[in-house]
This record gives sequence, C-alpha cells and structure tokens, in this order.
Amino acid sequence: MNDTPKPNSFRSGPDEDGRFGIFGGRFVAETLMPLILDLQEEWDKAKNDPEFQKQLADLGTHYVGRPSPLYFAERLTEHLGGAKIYFKREELNHTGSHKINNCIGQILLAKRMGKTRIIAETGAGQHGVASATVAARFGLPCIVYMGATDVERQAPNVFRMKLLGAEVKAVTAGSGTLKDAMNEALRDWVTNVDDTYYLIGTAAGPHPYPEMVRDLQAVIGREAREQILEAEGRLPDLVIAAVGGGSNAIGIFHPFLDDESVKIVGVEAGGHGLDGNEHCASITAGSPGVLHGNRTYLLQDGDGQILEGHSISAGLDYPGIGPEHSYLNDIGRVEYVPIMDDEALEAFQLLTRLEGIIPALEPSHAIAEVIKRAPKMGKDQIIVMNLSGRGDKDIFTVGKILGMGL
Amino acid sequence: MTARMDRKFEALKAEGRPALVTYFMGGDPDYDTSLEIMKALPAAGADVIELGAPFSDPMADGPAIQLAGQRALKAGHSLGKTIQMVRDFRKQDDTTPIVLMGYYNPIYIYGVEKFLDEALEAGLDGLIIVDLPAEMDDELCIPARKRDINFIRLTTPTTDAKRLPKVLDNSSGFVYYVSMTGITGSALPDTTKIADAVARIKASTDLPVCVGFGVKTAEHARLIGASADGVVVGTAIVNQVATSLDNNGHATADTVQSVVTFVSGLATGIRAARLVAAE
Repeated sequence: MNDTPKPNSFRSGPDEDGRFGIFGGRFVAETLMPLILDLQEEWDKAKNDPEFQKQLADLGTHYVGRPSPLYFAERLTEHLGGAKIYFKREELNHTGSHKINNCIGQILLAKRMGKTRIIAETGAGQHGVASATVAARFGLPCIVYMGATDVERQAPNVFRMKLLGAEVKAVTAGSGTLKDAMNEALRDWVTNVDDTYYLIGTAAGPHPYPEMVRDLQAVIGREAREQILEAEGRLPDLVIAAVGGGSNAIGIFHPFLDDESVKIVGVEAGGHGLDGNEHCASITAGSPGVLHGNRTYLLQDGDGQILEGHSISAGLDYPGIGPEHSYLNDIGRVEYVPIMDDEALEAFQLLTRLEGIIPALEPSHAIAEVIKRAPKMGKDQIIVMNLSGRGDKDIFTVGKILGMGL
Repeated sequence: MTARMDRKFEALKAEGRPALVTYFMGGDPDYDTSLEIMKALPAAGADVIELGAPFSDPMADGPAIQLAGQRALKAGHSLGKTIQMVRDFRKQDDTTPIVLMGYYNPIYIYGVEKFLDEALEAGLDGLIIVDLPAEMDDELCIPARKRDINFIRLTTPTTDAKRLPKVLDNSSGFVYYVSMTGITGSALPDTTKIADAVARIKASTDLPVCVGFGVKTAEHARLIGASADGVVVGTAIVNQVATSLDNNGHATADTVQSVVTFVSGLATGIRAARLVAAE
C-alpha cells in the first residue's frame, strides 16, 4: 500500500490520464467518453483564460460572499484548553455551504460550452441547492437527482430546490441514497448527450471532475492560508475537514499539501461503528475498487458489490471518496480517521452552545475530531478547521434523535 | 477461445444470415433456473450468448436489468458462480460462443489474472465490460487478449470518425454498436440511421458488427438484421424472466419456457432478415 514513491510535490496530480497514483482514471461507458474528453479540453482552456478567472472571482466576491472569514473560536478554544482553534467559515457562503464555489465555476463552464440543460446529483441537498441556485442565476433548467431516502430526510432542501425552479427527481432504484442518485444522473447524461451538462458536486467521478472540482474548491485553502498567516504570522499545525466525497476537504487541504510542518487530517463518517456495515468510512474500513468513473477506496463486499453504508449525515452517506484522498492516504500525506454518529451529534450541540454557530452534521464530524485533538496540543499550537456548511437543514434530523418535537 | 467466435460468424456468413445474440442475467432468479435458460438458448435459436454478470450499480442499464441483477445477487450469485455457469454450460455445448457482459469492479476485486485464467479454462470466449473504454485498455483488455479472450467494445452514436479507430484498436470478436445514446431497454431509434452507422463502422473494420439496445421484437430483429451482422436482444429477454416469476420473485414452471418461446420468435425474425435485405 505504501510503496508508491513520494513525489517532489504532493500537488502535481493528476497525470494526463487523470490518475493520482493508481487512483482516479476514466472508467465510463463509451457513450460518455467523447463528452468527458470534450469537458477536459474546455476546462483546460477555461482555467487558463483570464476572462473566465475574472468572472469567477467577480461572482465569488459579489454573489457568494468571498472571502469567507477565518474565525478564532475563542470559547471553544478555552473550553478545550489546548490548541487555538480557527474555523474557515464556508457556512457563511450564499446557499450555506462550500458547494456554491464549485457550482459557480461549473455553470460558467457549461455556458461557455453552449450547454442548455443542467443535471446534478445530491445527497444532503446542499449541492442540489447550490446547483439549482446557479441554474436560476444563469437561466438554465436544472434537474436534480436525489435518493428517495434523502428526499425524505432533507425535506427543507428539497423545498428550496423547487422554489429555485429545479425539478427534483426522487430515485428509488437501489438503496435510494447518493450513489443511486449518481447512477441515475449518469443514465440521464448518457441519454441526453448533446445539450446536457452534468454538474458533479464532489471531487470524484471520471477525470477531469476530481481535478476540476478541487481547483474550484481550492479557493478555501488559499484564503485560509493567507488569513492564518495574517492572523498568526505562521502556518497552522493542523488542518482538519470532514470527508464524504471530499470536496470541502480537498479544497482546504490542497494549498497546504506541500507545507511539511502542517499535519492534515480528514474525518470520515464512522456511523454506528466500523465493525459492521453501518458506516461510510471508505478509507479507514474500505478497499480500492472502481465505481462512478474512478478507482478509489470503496465500501464493498468480497464480490465487488457496492455496500450502502450509513451516516447520520446525508452528505457523508456515500460508499466512496474522491480519488485524490485515496492517493493522499496511501502516500501518507493525509491521515484519515472515523468519527461516530454520536460523537458528531455531541460536537454539533457543543459548538451551537459555545460559539452560537449551528454547524451542519457533516463538519460536526470534523469538530468532534478537533474536540479530541485540541486538548492534547499546546496552547501555542494552531488548528484550522473547515466549517463547510450550516446546520439549518439538519435541525429536523437532530430534533428527532434528541426526542425534541419541532 | 477466439476460434469459437470466429467459426460461428463464418458459419453464419455462409448461411447468409445475421447472428442472434441473446443477453440474459446470470443467476436470475436463481442459479439452476438461469443455467437451464442458458442451456436452452442455442436450441431456441440463439447464436451467441451474452451472459450478464450482476453488479450493484449498473450505470449503463435500465431498470429491467438492474432489477434482474438485484434478484441474482439476492439469490447469492457472484462472479465465481458466473464462471461456474460457463463451465456447466460447456459440458453440453462446445460451439456456442459465450460473452460475459458486466462492469469492471467485480472482476477487479476477483483479481484480473485469476479471473481470466479461470474464465478461459471454463470456456468463456469474450468480454463486454461497459465501464472500460479504450483509454483503460491496460486494465483488462490487453491481459484478456494475451489469452485469446475477445474484448468486445461498444461503439455508440457519440463515437465520431476521429475516435472510431481508437475504439476499434484492440477490439476483437465483434463490434457492438449501441443503437442510441441511452441505457438498455430504451425505445429503438430509426432503423435507417442504424443501418448508416453500421455501414460506417464496417468500412473501418473486418469484424462483424452487432447492434443492440432497444431491440425488443422479432420485427426489430428482422429490420436491424437486414444491415447488421448480428442483433443483440437483452432487456426483452430479461423481462420474460421477470414477468414469469411468482409474487416472491421465485421461478415458476413457465420461466424457462417463456424465454424459449420468446427467443424462438426472435430467431424467426432473424432468419427472415436477409430476405428483406434482398428485396
């Protein structure tokens, strides 16, 4: 596993075939091959086009609300009694999470490519809402595929998408969660190849999606790096983010990868524990396989059939992970650890009470890891954590578990 | 071995008719019934057998084949058992080519080398792996061809003239033309467009060209068979299995027979194909 030679830079991937070490690639049906090759060509042009970058930056500032603040969590720091804790406040973005960073970039690309119809998949609904938002802003019809199970547990986001003019299609095939929504979106794309742009929400899927989504989310890490240097005059000792597919995590990690002094930790959903199948810890408890266009760590059985997984957080409820995370794990640059449902739930409540911030259940997993690590670190040490989304969408789920009627 | 496939298409050429390629899902609804279906296919008129290997996330397939795969997996089917079906079938039939159709992950997890060795030994002739485009040839295509197992590639309406040579390179056995942009089981598009596409592909390769996706009736088979070297029918056969099951999803006395009757009808259509062409 660890015999991959260490590269000169951890930030050089993927190669021209879309590979990060053995991970990534382009495992798609022939019908989609010409489309993803075309997408790659257009993305290469766009990312080097100053006009595109200017549009992106302009919308980032005036529509999304960038830069997001880097906030010193004074009371949480005091409470834990160790390292200084900073939050990168991505939950303050328009639409309430980091997902909008990626959607703005991809909708601009879709427009450049002359596409007239947007499709997307969503788990927690944050990416669906962000997709519906940019589709409304740019006047394109948007179809969002969402597992039937998720439609039920994320009802407020379903309503938001509908208000924004998107059509939400509940997917009942398979287990009715994010992976099934992704299957269905791929089926739509393979059917409507001429006019449709597939707006993937996480740093996974066939090349060039993992690279493109990372590049669009890396604004989080670039800002955080500058902001911490300004606030503290030095780099943090630890950067932490929650990982489902892994777009918020790769976004904050990537600009720090070559800073040797910075330890980086990705937090996976441990669900009810790693012993059975009731978790979504693809790296900590899965194995490499091929799904949804890329090779990466997956939850699967001995026959290569994909397992359903479980997490309290719909956004982490995916049996895979972005291929770059798999690579960063195998070369030892990033450490991946699981956090259980109940730990995330406690962290959710603690942050709400101590800092007056209601976090989404996804970054609550990262907060739980901060709670474990900060007390063991010195008071002169610094943690930067990506607070990737706000928790308004989760209050019903949490209310139900805590037995509080809404 | 490749020889079985080549011999079959040569014989059909001499006969002056296209091949009937029949897809069914291995293990659906259970091992014994699906093996019985497989064994009955050649006598019913199938020339080439496509043996579906179930996968939990069949991204290129419609609901009928996804459900068939779920039934098979629920009944305990696996890639090992799919290979065993080939082995069992070969005890009675050593001439009908068998092509395994499925997705890469189960093979990757089984181990590419181990899978190919066992598949060859069992008597498998070819592979159609939906999520391995030409760009991924090093994964399975090259190792398969080293053992003389055919790697049959899908070409689609999005495969343009520039890309076609890349898709045909390393292809063997036959070329599978997907009649539409879409998933298995969708509506069949205009047959004259299909004939044009088949002619374009045939101008670039000596391999037989078979057409699939959307072929549901003997009439479809007859029309497409007029220009193609073979016609692939899948979803319609899988549906015969599905509708014959009892309320618990178990096989009934009708299951095998309904497939046989349906395939016999297709075979009649295929045999009439070149009469149309000659008109």
